[in-house]
Amino acid sequence: MVELTLPKNSRIRTGKTWPKPEGATNVRKFQIYRWNPDDGENPSVDTYFVDMDTCGPMVLDALIKIKNEIDPTLTFRRSCREGICGSCAMNIDGINTLACIYGHDEVKGDVKIYPLPHMPVVKDLIPDLTHFYAQHASIMPWLETKTKRPEKEWRQSIEDRKKLDGLYECVMCASCSTSCPSYWWNGDRYLGPAALLHAYRWIIDSRDEATGERLDELEDPFKLYRCHTIMNCTKTCPKGLNPAAAIASIKKMMVERQL
Amino acid sequence: MAFVTDRKRVTGLGAARSGTGHHWTMTVTSVALLILTPFFLGIIGSALGSDHADVVATLSRPIPALIVAAYLIVGSHHLRLGMQTLIEDYTRGLTRKACIIVTTILSYGIALGGLVALVQIAL
Repeated sequence: MVELTLPKNSRIRTGKTWPKPEGATNVRKFQIYRWNPDDGENPSVDTYFVDMDTCGPMVLDALIKIKNEIDPTLTFRRSCREGICGSCAMNIDGINTLACIYGHDEVKGDVKIYPLPHMPVVKDLIPDLTHFYAQHASIMPWLETKTKRPEKEWRQSIEDRKKLDGLYECVMCASCSTSCPSYWWNGDRYLGPAALLHAYRWIIDSRDEATGERLDELEDPFKLYRCHTIMNCTKTCPKGLNPAAAIASIKKMMVERQL
Repeated sequence: MAFVTDRKRVTGLGAARSGTGHHWTMTVTSVALLILTPFFLGIIGSALGSDHADVVATLSRPIPALIVAAYLIVGSHHLRLGMQTLIEDYTRGLTRKACIIVTTILSYGIALGGLVALVQIAL
């Protein structure tokens, strides 16, 4: 449902300003969204000052430094630290991206960090991705075959394998889906760019034998056709993928099988 | 609170098995309007400021009348489909259905009104 203002209990207030590190000469200001489900308070934005001379180059390095040295209660997801697990997706300086591969030198002025937009928040920078993952599961993200042979490897030509490039690399960080206004307003029914990119990854796979069923399941005014080619997904994807092109390709196949 | 699994929430009522017709019709009418609009603007533009007899004479000629009629029909159909998308984006439930009905009546009403006026002028 379209919401142009935040509900009362989501309005952000000014939070705590943490002390500057003593003796530091190269200090940078970080403004970070905080929300604790246990204290019953509205979310706030806390201000931290980080000594950049002793901090790594990425935004995630700064977050880890804040957690280790300033405020151990700051909560965020992270794992691989090299852009392959998709855990640390968040909104940095207005852009949905992965904190581990986004350099803080790319941000001008204060570094403002929020959770992924328009998702329920579990705590601080952690969004609830339950629905997002269920949408991914609904597109049958596996190879579906009906022919019994071969029993082992299903061969694929080099040309057909190339069709999966730009699709299989998706790490399901949810940056694209949560940047999409259509997903904000109708995310309960619209599958969103990430799930649709994955759907296309299996539709276009030369070995998959459920192409028709997959297209049947997507043919819906909301599941697929809520995409209005806004292109935020492609602009924001931290892996440089193009979900909008994948969605357009699905739409072309939908037309192709009717005309 | 409903004890419903996440998967069931995503599945909802299942795929409607429609939407491609809407998408394709929007594409076709967009192309048609791309072609028709310059001609339509040319006809209406040239008629602006003319006296009544000249306007009647212009719209009585078969090609201008045909272009204006085609523009009204294609334009209103495109309007209806586009408005439906907009309504589906921003409204829900009964409001959504009511808005779609009203938009449909308005769109086709505009087309029919224009066509009746055109026929009265042309004949």
